[in-house]
Formats: sequence, C-alpha cells, structure tokens
Amino acid sequence: MAVDRRRFLKNGLLAGGSLITSPWVFSTGARAAGEIKVGVLFSLTGGLSIIEKSLHDATMMAISEINASGGVKGMKVAAVAEDGASDPKTYNEKASKLVIQDKVPTVFGSYTSASRKAVLPVFEKRNNLYFYPTYYEGFECSKNVVYTGAVPNQQLSNFIPWIIKTLGKKKFFIVGSNYIYPREMAKVSKILIEKNGGEWIADEYLELGHSEWGSMVNKIKGSGCDVVLSNVVGDSVVAFYREYKNQGLTHDKLPICATVTSEIEIAAMGAEYAVGSYTSFPYFQAIDTDINKAFVERYRAFVKDPKAVTHHALESSYFQVFLWKQAVEKAAEITPVAIREAVKGQEFDAPNGHVKIEAENLHTYLTPRIAQWLPDGQGKIIDAYKEPVIPLPYVAYGETPTNLFCTGKGLETSKLNKT
Amino acid sequence: MLEVLFIGLSLGSILLLVALGLAITYGAMGVINMAHGEMVMIGAYVTVLSGIWLGTNIFVAIPLAFIVTALLGLLIERVVVRRLYGRLLDTLLATWGIAILIQQAVRLELGLSFFGIHIQGLGPGLQNVSVPAYLQGTFAIGGSEINRYRTFIIVVTAILALTTWFIIYRTSLGTQVRAIIRNPKMAAACGIDVTRVNALTFAFGSGLAGIAGVMMSGFKTVFPDMGTSMVVDGFLVVVMGGVGSLLGSVLSAGILGEINGLVAAGTNDILARAVVFGVVIAIIVLKPKGLFALKGR
Repeated sequence: MAVDRRRFLKNGLLAGGSLITSPWVFSTGARAAGEIKVGVLFSLTGGLSIIEKSLHDATMMAISEINASGGVKGMKVAAVAEDGASDPKTYNEKASKLVIQDKVPTVFGSYTSASRKAVLPVFEKRNNLYFYPTYYEGFECSKNVVYTGAVPNQQLSNFIPWIIKTLGKKKFFIVGSNYIYPREMAKVSKILIEKNGGEWIADEYLELGHSEWGSMVNKIKGSGCDVVLSNVVGDSVVAFYREYKNQGLTHDKLPICATVTSEIEIAAMGAEYAVGSYTSFPYFQAIDTDINKAFVERYRAFVKDPKAVTHHALESSYFQVFLWKQAVEKAAEITPVAIREAVKGQEFDAPNGHVKIEAENLHTYLTPRIAQWLPDGQGKIIDAYKEPVIPLPYVAYGETPTNLFCTGKGLETSKLNKT
Repeated sequence: MLEVLFIGLSLGSILLLVALGLAITYGAMGVINMAHGEMVMIGAYVTVLSGIWLGTNIFVAIPLAFIVTALLGLLIERVVVRRLYGRLLDTLLATWGIAILIQQAVRLELGLSFFGIHIQGLGPGLQNVSVPAYLQGTFAIGGSEINRYRTFIIVVTAILALTTWFIIYRTSLGTQVRAIIRNPKMAAACGIDVTRVNALTFAFGSGLAGIAGVMMSGFKTVFPDMGTSMVVDGFLVVVMGGVGSLLGSVLSAGILGEINGLVAAGTNDILARAVVFGVVIAIIVLKPKGLFALKGR
C-alpha cells in the first residue's frame, strides 16, 4: 500500500511538474504529436441526420484524402467528430467542447441556420473559426465563419429572370416551410420578380416537417399561377411533390421551380414525381466533368454505397476542407485568426468548378446552375453561368458587387438602415 | 368546393387510420401506447423493404405489415405492457422508451451499421416507396378532379373501420373485449381470460397501425421519425371521440379532418392546425369524457 501511495505521489508530482515547465502544451494543444486537430460537428442522430450524415461523411472523406496525400504542413489532420443531435442546444454545447476542451483551431459543421446561429456566439466570443457548408438565407456577417454554400443571389438572381424570360412564366406562387430561410428567399424572389416584369400572386407557408399538402396544392391549383417557386425544406418536399402529381398537376404546364429540392429528396420521392421540374443550385451530381465524376465515385466508395447521391451542401462540405488546408499552409501559425486571414481569396478547383473565398465577407464565389430533373433522378443542367458569381449575403437589402454591406471591418449597418 | 370537402374527408380518414389502433389499445386497455406511431413507421418500412427485397407492391405490403406489427405488438405486450396494466402513467413512460428503441433500431439498421453492414431500405435516410401508376393522378367526378391515392386511403380506412366494428360488436371475442373495457375484474370473474384477450387486442391494434403505415408510405415521407407526430394526432381523435367508443373516434376524425380542410382552404394550414387544437380543447373542457362517453357504473 505504501509503495502504491508513493508511486501515486511521484506520478502526481511529475504530472504537475510538466504542467509548470511546459506551458506551451496549452497554447498549441491542437498541434500535439505532429497532428492538427479539427472539429467536425454535424447531426448524426435525430431528424436532420438524414442529410447531415452525408455532410459528415463528405468532410471525413476530404480529411482522409488530405491525410493520404501527406497531410498539412507534414502533419496529419485528426478529426474530432461530435454529434449535434439535430438540436441547436446540443450544437452549442458540442461547439464549446470542441473550442474550449479540444482547442481545435477550426470546426466544420452545421446544416440548418438554427444550428449555425446557436454556435455563432461560441466562435465569436472565443475568436475561433467555423466553416459552414450549406446554402442559406444570407443576412449574416461574422468574422468567425467561412460560408461555402450559396447565398440567395447565387440561387435566385439567375433563376427568376430565367423563369420569366426562357420559360415565359410570369405569375408566381411562392411556397415554403415556415422559418427564416424560406421567408428570406421569398423576400429576394419578390424583388427579382418585380424587377423582371413578373408578378407574385401568393406567398404561403407550411410548418417545417409538415407532410399534409392536400389543401395547399388545391390552393395552388385554384390560384391561376403559371409557375410555383418552392422553398420547401426537408422531408416535406417529398410529400409536396407527390401530392402535386396526385392532384393532377404536371410540371410541363405548371412547373415547380425549387431552391432546396436536391438529389436526396428526388431519390426519396421517386423520380417520376419530379420529372420536368427545375432546381437552382451551384452543384448537381450530373455536372459532366472528370473532376466531378471522380468525386462521385470516390464518395460512393467512401460510404460503401454504390447508389449514394451527392448534392450541393455535400460538395461544399468536401471542398471547404481543401480551402482550409490551403489556408493553413499559407498561414504563419496555426491559430483561428491566422487561418481566417489566410483563407481570404483562396481558390480551389472543386467538383462544381472554380471556387474562391471573397476576402471581404468570407462567403464563396460559386457558379449558379439550373437543372431540370430527369426520370433517372438526375438533373440535366440546362442553364449555367460561365463563371462564378460574387456572393452577396445582403442582396435583399440592396447590396451590389460594388457596394458591399459586409466587409472585413464587419457589417456596415448604416447601409442596411437606408433601405 | 367539392374538392375542399374531399380533402377534409381525406384528412379525416388519415386521422382515423392512425386513431383506429389507438382507440383499441387506449380505449379498451387503458394503455397510453406512445409506441403506436412507431408501429405506423414499421408498417411503412415493411412496405419499403418488401418493395426492395421481394419486389412486391403496396397491396402485398398491407397483410405483410399487419402480420409484422401485430407480432411486434404481441411481443411488446408480453414483455412490457402486461406488467403495467392499471398504471396509466407508467405505460406512457415505458412505451415511449420502446418507441425510441424502435426508432434507433431502424436508424442503426438493427445495429448492423456498427459492423459496416448496410441494409438497403433501413438507416437514417429518407426512403422511397413506389406507388402503382393507377393510384397516381386524378379521376373526374362531376367536373371535379378527385385524387386517386386519397380515395384509396378513404376506401381502406372504411374497410378497416367496418372490420373493427364487426370484430368488436359481432364476434364473441369482441364481446369479451367490450366486457373488459367496462370492468376488467368483473369480466375476469365471469370467466373471460383477460390476459389472453388483452394480448390479442394489443396485437390487433398494433396491426392496424402497421396498415396505416403502409398507406402513409405512399404519399408521405418514410424515415425513422415519421411516427412521432402522428401519435399526437391519433390521441386527439381518441380523446375527443370518447375513450372506448369506436363511433366517437370515427366521428371526431371526420369533424377534425373537415375543420382542418375548410380552415386551410379559407386561410392557411398553420392557422388550420391551431383551430383544430382549439376545437379539441373546447370539447374536452365542455365534455370531459369526449363526444361519446361510455356510461359506466
């Protein structure tokens, strides 16, 4: 017993001594033992795991590819994966854990705006860095978040004029799930519709996750619109498209033009319900380039599912890790602030094409594309910009490429109040 | 207008479809079965899995789902619920736990995903159920376009309600069930094997939920959480109709469905839902035992 206690004391002293003599362990904890720790924070359980699991997989795939090709600055990237459990509160707790306990210099995560807003205070207070891969409603300007998904101007500024001019549809029925993203998208849409000489005759919402579409589709039918603009999110999408066909509406007469319906939802509803409808995204699985085909193959092999589909947020989850890697290589030290400064203006050849981080607002240049859904569940890209478009998170409030509201100094609220 | 009324009828039939099983397990046995929604979910997954692995369509899935969920219900009754009769709140907690277990079993592909084995049709993702072409689209009656799949649901719900009515009111087993609803101890004293009848009743109620799941899978989204919201609607119907009354459940489902349909057509779905909840609250306040309460002694 005495020996045990002595050994215990000795070990304790040693441990204590190492704490005193090597304070650098704390400051660079993330770099211990030739590896660099990063946080990966998506929902692996709960309702949102349907999509967030695929974002998690894409992030892990990018990390394993980086490690296979020698890591970053000779160090392996070690992912600390946490589960957000489809719950913003859990997201906040896990983000705190990653930032404070694991001392990671960067976290990749979030699908919904709710979860991003929940972790934002953690990253801003601790001056850490968050990479957010999802298309979202804009209206956010944080120095601590790098946004690699589309903002409204990259999904709508090509889509609405195209619907009016190419499809020749002028009367819009706007429908969405009842929360911030569809409502902000509707706001931008209305501005663009009016600017292009169209009109919107209804702007209706259904609860998030609601799957009873009988009344709404009947209303669309009786409204006299000639195109439906859908900002419906999540599992409601499936019930919506099915009800649409079941009530006798067809996409060749009254097409659904969607901003959220991706390959995942199409696969779940059955492609026959979506054939002929349109979606606007910067990325589709059907993009016909070698780099994208190889990406889809690698992803399918990585998740061991030969039928797995890729989609916009998934692709952003993948390429943002490489943008981060380039930033770390450029940065003088591995701290969140140094990585953020280095990521400004970083460029990368992603599966969707060339992407670049805008130095002012930390959002990403992406190439808008419009696809029409085919019977095999894939999109046929029928319209695409030649080059990436500047991200404008405040486009609904009058932001233009020459008059940015969100800059490196933060949000210029005076411009916001004027509109 | 006909179309609005039809949608209301269809909403009512969907409510009744889920509530039928609950009317039996909650009404007859006094078990708050929170796992009822998961039985609906299992029914939907039986449709998905039988479509993928057996290549069969939605009609084959109906008896299949009934058998699978009835057996699962029997198992739950034997292992858990049987020990909790007469403890209303404990059944709530226990069956809620079972609900979470069932959800996770589907999400984790019965635990096989830990070993890297993937079963097509299970897992956390959305599943696709294909519907025969003749059940898609519409047919015309009197100038109105009527939704085929919703008509199919209304027909199936009517058949199930009639079958349930027949079993409860026209068979000797049903007489025993009704005796147990009135007074389990007295029924036992008259020589009714209460444990056996209860087990069968629970299995039958679960089986009905399974069929509801098959019908839901054809036009709603199939994923592990799908049952959670349905069970709430089911309880609304049963409580408003009057616990233990089949007719009450049928009527309250119809009323709630039409209210929902009419208000949604006039304003929007979000308000319609609020009005439905308001109506249920008003009825429970005015008639605490529901529309058709059994007169007990």
